[in-house]
Order: sequence, then C-alpha cells, then structure tokens
Amino acid sequence: MRRKAYSFAMRGLMALSVAITCGFALFIILYVLCKGLPNITWQLLSTSPSILNDRIGILPDILNTLYLILAALAVVLPLGVGAAVYLTEYASSKRLVSVIEYAAETLSGIPSIIYGFVGMMLFAGTFGTSLLAGALTLVIMNLPTVMRTAQESLKTVPQSYREGAFGLGAGKWRVVRTVVLPGCVDGVITGCILSVGRILGESAALLFTAGFAHVLNGFFTGLGSSGASLTVAMYVYAKDRGEFEAAFAIAAILLVLTLLVNLCAALAGWYFKKRRA
Amino acid sequence: MENIQTSRAQLRRRPRVCRQFTERFFHGLFLMLSLVTVGCVLLITIFLVLSGIPAIRDIGLFDFLLGDTWESTARDPKFGILPFILTSVYGTAGAILFGVPVGFFTAVYLAKLAPPRVKSVVGSAVSLLAGIPSVVYGLVGMLILVPGIRTLFHVPDGASLLAAIIVLAVMILPSIIKVSVTALEAVPHEYEEASLALGATPVETYFKVTAPAAKSGIAAAVVLGVGRAIGEAMAVMMVSGNVPNMPSIFGSVRFLTTAVASEMSYSSPGSLQREALFSIALVLYLFILLINAALNFFLKRSKEG
Repeated sequence: MRRKAYSFAMRGLMALSVAITCGFALFIILYVLCKGLPNITWQLLSTSPSILNDRIGILPDILNTLYLILAALAVVLPLGVGAAVYLTEYASSKRLVSVIEYAAETLSGIPSIIYGFVGMMLFAGTFGTSLLAGALTLVIMNLPTVMRTAQESLKTVPQSYREGAFGLGAGKWRVVRTVVLPGCVDGVITGCILSVGRILGESAALLFTAGFAHVLNGFFTGLGSSGASLTVAMYVYAKDRGEFEAAFAIAAILLVLTLLVNLCAALAGWYFKKRRA
Repeated sequence: MENIQTSRAQLRRRPRVCRQFTERFFHGLFLMLSLVTVGCVLLITIFLVLSGIPAIRDIGLFDFLLGDTWESTARDPKFGILPFILTSVYGTAGAILFGVPVGFFTAVYLAKLAPPRVKSVVGSAVSLLAGIPSVVYGLVGMLILVPGIRTLFHVPDGASLLAAIIVLAVMILPSIIKVSVTALEAVPHEYEEASLALGATPVETYFKVTAPAAKSGIAAAVVLGVGRAIGEAMAVMMVSGNVPNMPSIFGSVRFLTTAVASEMSYSSPGSLQREALFSIALVLYLFILLINAALNFFLKRSKEG
C-alpha cells in the first residue's frame, strides 16, 4: 500500500513538473505573440524612429542585429575552427589540450554582464562605443560554442581517411585542408546556428559595448558607430521609455526568430545524422 | 641552357623547403588560434583583478564586503556591498529551491518514462525556454509578475526579490533539465534491470536506483543552474526594483549583476564610484570561478561514474 502511494505520488509530481515546464513555455510564447503580433506594422519594420513624426521604427535595430551577427561570425568562425583543428589534429601535449579546454569551459561559464563590462573597458575603450566593440565582445562569448561543435564534428571524421591521405604522401596541412576541414562542415553550421541564437538573445553584453543609438547605417559605417540590437532596443523601450507596444512587437519578433533558430538547429541535426548514417 | 637547368633544379628543390615552411606556418597558426581562448580568460582575469583591487584597497576589504549601506552618490559616499551579495545569494537560493525540484522531476520523466513523441514535444518546449532572450523574460515578468505580486500580497510595489526569484527559477529550468536528462540517460541499464528483477516498480527504480547513480550529473546540473542564476542581469534588472536595500522577500533589491549594470552608465571614469563597480564585478567573477570549479568537479566525477 505504501509502495503504491509512493509510486502514485512520484508520478503525480512528475506530471505536475512537466505541466509547469510546458505551461511556462506555452504561456510566455502565447502571451508575447498575442500582445506583440498585432503591433507589428510595416511602418514599424521599415522606418527609423523619429520624434518629429512621433513614430517608432525598428529598421536600424534589425540591421544592427544583422551586422553584429555577420561581424561576430566572420571573426569567431576561423578562430573557433582553427582552435578545434589544433586540438584534434596537431596537439601532442595532453596538458596543453586540457588547459585550453578548461579555458573554454571557463569562458562559457562567465555571465554576459561581465563580458559587457570587460568589453566596455577594452573594446569600447579602443574603438569607441560601436557595433565593432559589441561584435568583438560577442566573439569571445561564442568562441567556446563554435570550438566545441567544430571539435565534436572533427572527431567524427574517420581516422582511416587521415591515414589514407598520409599514406599517399600528403603533408599534415594538406590532410587538414582536403580531408579534415571538409568533414567538419556540419559542426561549423551547427555552431553558426547556436551562435546566431545566442547573439539574437544577448543584451547585457551589448548594452555597454554597442550602445543604444537608432541611426540607419550601412555595414561599414554601422560597425564604427553606436547602435542598438533588437534586444537592447526592446529593453530601452520597455524599461526607460514605457513604450510597451513597441517592446512587445520586438519581443514577438525575437521569439519568432528564436523559434526559427531552434527549428534550423533541429533540422540541421536531423539532416547531418541522416547523411552520416 | 645552364641557367635553365639550375632553375629547374631549384624548382625541384623548392617544394620541399616550401612544404616544410607551410607545415610549420600552419602548425603555428593553429596553435595561435587555440591559444586565443586561454588568452581571453587570462585577459579577463587580469583585467578584473587589476581594476578591482584599487577600490577595495581604498575602502578596505571589510568595509567593502561587509558594509551594509551603499550610497555611492552621497556627499559622504558609502560603499558596502553586503546587500548585493546577500541578494544574489538569496535570489539564487530561492531560484534553486523552486527550479531544481521541478527540473529534476521533469528530467526523470523525460529520460525514463516519456513516450518518444511526448519526449520530443516537451524537449522542444525546454529548448525554447532556453532560447528565449532574457529581456523577454524581463518584459513578461514586468507586466505579469510585478502587478500580480502587488495585488496578490497587497504590497506597494511588486518589483521585488520574489519576482526576481520566480523569473530566475524559470530561466534556469532548461539548463537543469538538459544536464540532468543526460546524466540520467547515462546510467547503465543493468542497474535498472537488477532493481526491476528484485521486484521494484519502475517508478521506485528510477527514483531509488537511477537517480542516486546519476547524482554527480544532477549535482552538476544544480551547480550550472546556480551559475546561470547568479550571472543573470537584464531580466533581474527589469523585475527587482533595483534599490540597494538589504534583501527582503517583498522589498526592492539590487543584485551583484545589476549593481554593476545600473550605475555604469552615469559613473564618471576615474571616480571611486566607478572603481567600486569594478570591484563588484571582481567579486561576481570570483563567485563564478568558484561555481565553475565546482561544476568541473561534478562533471568529472559523473564521467568517471
């Protein structure tokens, strides 16, 4: 009898927990979408904000987010993949490998506010408060993710491929270039998707490095000047200006983008698994 | 003619030298790229220590860590960060108190009992929770939790430690669930089969055999949750009221993270106020390093089994 009650109670607790978890997810999505989607208008998406015309436009913020993603990925991909190649292909000292991996784990545990703070002092001090400073801060934040995914996919390249290439007389670099790197494309794509998701949602690290201007800029002028990403714009509209309609519109856009990123990650994982099998 | 021959000989010889050079070059290049990570950690650590020490020296370690008033802009400024430290500790503890049980039971269900289809649906809900930007959590908290707490508990302002705890608890759920599921799934099936063969029901087996066997992994999940909760800034900033009080459950409070963020924009460079903010960042970083060390310890132990 007591055992039955125990099983029953545990099952009940599990059902309750699952309901709470799913309930929160469902509630947040529905709430944000319901309050946000009606506020998304073409004018909001296609203009920059203007006090004279009393309108809020988020086109600059969308572009800034895009620039940040492009700039950060352009730097972090070679860095992360290069580090992964060294760790799996070149490194001979076990101690060095463990030091590097420990450093990567430490980096992935540092909260974004500390990155924002250090980035503000180092990068914003050198380049001014600009998208470039923000992008460089994002590079350090995403380095461990890209490195780990690239490393994992490098490990799946069969050892026999490398031995075959070495046997034909290829040097290390040739093997890396022609055999190993093509094998880690899936890891790089997964890393990209994860990084894009993280950059989309990042705010604390950008608030002090990239600033919160809403000026429409091209890519290169944009990198040199201050600009708010979508998240930072949302924070400013909600916290400082009380413009909740605009804030919810941006939140809804962010949620839809997050859903898309998750979907892409799932599809990529499924596709690469299938191709490998 | 002679000329042509020597240049041919050179051509034949060059590739080897060239190749050696390329090999060395790329070896060095990849080594440099991998050392960037270590460089970043060192840079951040050294930077935080160097910029954090002066203010601590000025204020005095005890007055800084154990002082209970923070009046950075008063004529006679006081820089005591005990309220921030306690708020961060209480807030994290509260989030763990709510988040860990829910996360643990969900993880057991997902890892052991859920049918594949339910598992994939709940799993995608969990990864969605992980992907929601923290400002969105903050916004929802600001408009639902804060007024809710105000009317429910009849307090003047709902922006409080309680609101922050609830937001943090939801935010750490996905990390706790994911790491616990991985740990539970890694437990050898023989353990469960032995327990089932001895007559235990499946539910008893999962909670009395599988969960204890995965305890290092679950501890790692909890520590990861602690790290997430103590480092969260934006969501907490939007719901906690941001006044440097000693923590109380319905009081407006300020965390270590929000203490750094909230005064950064208006403190003037070089002032003691800004230097004190550096020191707060250093304290937060030390907390994070401790948590990382604990995390690594548990992860290693769970890998060794």
